[in-house]
Order: sequence, then structure tokens, then C-alpha cells
Amino acid sequence: MVFFFQNLINALQWGSFYALIALGYSMVYGILMLFNFAHGDIFMVGAYIGFGVATGVTALASLGAIVLPNWLILVLTIIISMFLTSFVGILVERLGYRPLREAPRASAAITGLMIGIILETGNLALLGARRVRFPSLIESTTYNIGGVYVTNKKIMIVGVSLMLMLALHQFVRRSKYGMAMRAMAFDHVVLPLMGVSINTIAAMTFAIGSALAAAAGILFGIAYPVLDPYMGIVFGWKAFVAAILGGRGSILGATLAGFLLGFIEIFVAMIFPSTLRDFIAYSIILLILTFRPHGFFGEPYSARLRL
Amino acid sequence: MLLSVENLRVSYDRIRALHNISFSIDEGEIVCIIGANGAGKSTTLRAVSRLVPVEAGTKMTFMGKDLLEYPADKVVSKLGISHVPEGRRLFGNLTIMENLKLACFARNDRDEIQEDLKRIFMIFPRLEERKAQKAGTLSGGEQQMLAIGRAFMSGRKIMLLDEPSMGLAPLLMLSVFDALKELNQEGTTILLVEQNARMALQFAQRGYVLESGNLVLEGSSKELVDNPEVKNAYLGG
Ligand SMILES: Nc1ncnc2c1ncn2[C@@H]1O[C@H](COP(=O)(O)OP(=O)(O)OP(=O)(O)O)[C@@H](O)[C@H]1O
Ligand SMILES: [Mg+2]
Repeated sequence: MVFFFQNLINALQWGSFYALIALGYSMVYGILMLFNFAHGDIFMVGAYIGFGVATGVTALASLGAIVLPNWLILVLTIIISMFLTSFVGILVERLGYRPLREAPRASAAITGLMIGIILETGNLALLGARRVRFPSLIESTTYNIGGVYVTNKKIMIVGVSLMLMLALHQFVRRSKYGMAMRAMAFDHVVLPLMGVSINTIAAMTFAIGSALAAAAGILFGIAYPVLDPYMGIVFGWKAFVAAILGGRGSILGATLAGFLLGFIEIFVAMIFPSTLRDFIAYSIILLILTFRPHGFFGEPYSARLRL
Repeated sequence: MLLSVENLRVSYDRIRALHNISFSIDEGEIVCIIGANGAGKSTTLRAVSRLVPVEAGTKMTFMGKDLLEYPADKVVSKLGISHVPEGRRLFGNLTIMENLKLACFARNDRDEIQEDLKRIFMIFPRLEERKAQKAGTLSGGEQQMLAIGRAFMSGRKIMLLDEPSMGLAPLLMLSVFDALKELNQEGTTILLVEQNARMALQFAQRGYVLESGNLVLEGSSKELVDNPEVKNAYLGG
């Protein structure tokens, strides 16, 4: 039982990473009918931006230029990095996808792959091949709760992720821009007739997805403090799986599927040798998809998307 | 002159849908364009609301401003041109209230928005009764009411209406046209396209006849109703 709870906590942590990244995939897919295959690399860029911001803020604090408690450094790092990374997303949309909005979907898909490669190799060119160490922003403390060891970092990671997911949910349900996003997912052709600019909503969708990926990148950096330019590839693919499994454009779906992936991976590794982890885990997911080909949920959309 | 269109040409994938049409509308008028299936009626409205690109040589002005300088969303929010598109195209995943609020996306005159909502609910009480219902679950008639209400909220210098009578029972159709007449009396100019020529010519003061991408006739509704060709082709003899 203790063993189970121990793994449950790990699964929640991994699920948080997958779910946060999957949300960006899912929103772009739902609203723009587009697979943004560069999204995993935006997670990587977000982690590096987080690294830069964290290093900068820590340096300022240690110089005595500003006096900040550790938790505030962490919060600032997350907020500033999310903000900066959202512009990376906006840029990707503006330069990569917008010119191809009327092009065949396959062209848009390879655009994503190419942008991904450009981001990876751009990072290599900029920082060289060495791996960088993410600064440890919080002192690690371990609590023993009835034999289950929980670190404050894990609690923080899962807590921050859940908070972001809830905030996104509220934004999409309640705000005016969220309403426009849902409308665009349903029928983007006539949305301009409501006085809404498609370009604004598209940019906003990319900005939010990228900001969430940046949050995932920083949280990952806190848990596993070594970054490398290719760290986004596997995460990207797995989050993509979660996004599709969750159902087209569904926030709840992407979140649940992200956590499900975390659970399956961790619990498979609990029983089987870890080299078999992904082999078995993704066979299970393939099986789930066979029974639910449309995923768990899925926002409805208009049957006719032409004029 | 409120809206003036000159030498309008539109093609879809290199097939020309509108050859070279010119027409104009004065403030406060109700004007209709009638024509058979595929004549280009919907395309004409889409060109005015900038949903489809027009070919070089086309001139369109609205209140003296060059329409071609405005993208589709600004045509609505800056010029007050609203468009009820063919097939209504409501956002079925949003509620009635959300559809109406979305139409005010670019407006920030809070008090007037409330007034306008009241106005719409007065004309179509059904919409208020069902305001929390998803638009996708409405009946055809209710959808048409919401489509008109939504257009009214988005801009009302001129309303472009694509077949508002489509799919409505005769009684409901009359009440929809009554509502439109009321809006017109309050100052909204109306450009209407219809296959139902009889209804359209009863409602409008003037009309144009569109035939495979060309305007072939124009005149007051009375002239058109009495025209033998129109009688034959569009009014069932
Ligand atoms: N999205 C589109 N793509 C390609 N061709 C189109 C498209 N929409 C319309 N057309 C073509 O343009 C021409 C004019 O169509 P339009 O929809 O404007 O006619 P309409 O007068 O509104 O007809 P209806 O009364 O059937 O609605 C037709 O030949 C049609 O096939
Ligand atoms: Mg039509």
C-alpha cells in the first residue's frame, strides 16, 4: 500500500508535465485544426528561458541587489518565463503557420517539424552542446507521511500544475476571449462576422499553449535539473498522444489523458523492468484508443466549415 | 449613398462566380437581390462583408470609406455591417446568451449592450426563455431568430441577410419579417437575398435580379413584380 502511494505521487508529477504540454497541443488542434509538432520544442525553449530567468533572478538576489525569499524567486521565474515563452509561441504562429493557413494540412504539419528542428539546433548554436544545470530554486525537504516519502518539490509541482489547469479552465469558460476560442473551435469561417479577428485568437491560443509548456519546462527543471536541447522531443510526442487521447480540443480530456499517461508509465515500471516501460505503456494506450477512437471527450464542431 | 459596389468580380478556385456587378443602396432602404440557385447571391454578400477576396478592379465603398481597406472583423466592428450568413452558422457549442455576447466582442458600450439585449428579447421572447440553452439544440425557427439577434448585436448600420425565410413556417416567416421591418424603421438599412422572390419583393422597396453572376434587371419591387420575365422565372407565372 505504501509502495502504491509512493508511486502514485510520482505518477502525479509525471502526469503534470504531460498534461501541461498536452493542453497546448490540444488547444491549437481544437481551435486551429493544426498539429503543432514544434510544441515539444517550445517546452524545451521554455525550460531554457526558465533557466536563464532563474539564474538571472538568483544572481541579482545573491548580489544583494534585491532581497527576495526563495518562494518569490520561484514564482517570479515561472511568471516571467511563461510571459517570455508566450512570445516564442506567437512568433512561431506568425512566421510559421499563418502564411500556411490556407495550405494543405500536411504542409502545416511539416512546418511544425521544421520549426522544431530549428529550435533544437538554434539552441545548440547559441549555447553549445553542453547540458545546462537548472538552478535549484527551492531547498528540498522530505516529509514522511505514514511511510510514504513526499518532497516539497513534488507537492509544489503538482499544486502549481493543477492551479494553472484550473485557471485555464476558468479563462476558457468565463472570459470573453475564452468564448471566442470556443467559437473558433466550432466554426472559424464565420467568426469574423462577430467582429472577432481570427489572427488575434490564433496568436492568443499559441501564446497560452506556449506559456503552459514553459511552466512544464521549469517544473521539470526543478525535478530533474539537467536540460538538453533535445529534451522536448519525447515529451512532445507523449503529450501529443495525450492530447489526441483526450479528445479534440478538450481541456479536461487533455488533462486527464496527461495524468493517465503518467500513471500507466509509472505503474508499468513498478511491475516490469524499466526498459520495457514505454513498450508496455504505449501498447496499453494503443488498446485504449482502439476502443475509443475519438478519445475521451472532444468539443463539437460545425459539420460545414466552408463558406 | 450608404453602400456602393462597382465592377464586383469574385472567383472561387479560378471559377468566376460574379462577373462584373454594380449596385448601390441608400441609407434606410430595404433592397433585395433575387436569383436562382448558384446565381451568386450569397457570394455577393460575402464580398461585401469581406469573407471572400474580390478581384482587382472591384470598388466598394461604405459611407464614403473604401471597404477593401477593412478586414472582415473590422467591417463589422468599425463600419457596423452585419451579416446573417447562409445556413445561419450559429455557434452550436455556445449558449444563446453566449452567441449574443460574442457578437458584442468588439463593443465596449456596456449600457447600450444591455439595452440592445433587452430589445432583442422583446422582439424574440423565445430567446430569453432559452438563453442558457446551447444554440445547437434550437429549432430552425429559433435559430433564425438568434441569427438575426446576433447580427443586430454585432452592427446595425446595415444588415446583410442571406435567405432569412429559409426553412421557416409561413407564420413564423411573417413574424421574422415584421421584426426586420421594425429594425429598419429604427434606422437599419437592409440588403436581403432570397430565392423566395415573392416574399422578398413584398418586403423590399427595390430589387435586383442576379443570373449566373450577372445583374440582369433592377427596379422598384412593383416594377419587378409586374415584369413578365420575372413573373415567369421567379414568381411561378
Ligand atoms: N465555397 C465555394 N467554393 C467554390 N465554389 C463556390 C463556393 N461557394 C459558391 N461557389 C460557387 O459560386 C457560384 C455562386 O454561388 P452562391 O452560393 O453565391 O449562389 P447563391 O445564389 O447563393 O445560390 P443558393 O440560392 O443556392 O444559395 C456557384 O456556382 C457555386 O457553385
Ligand atoms: Mg446562397
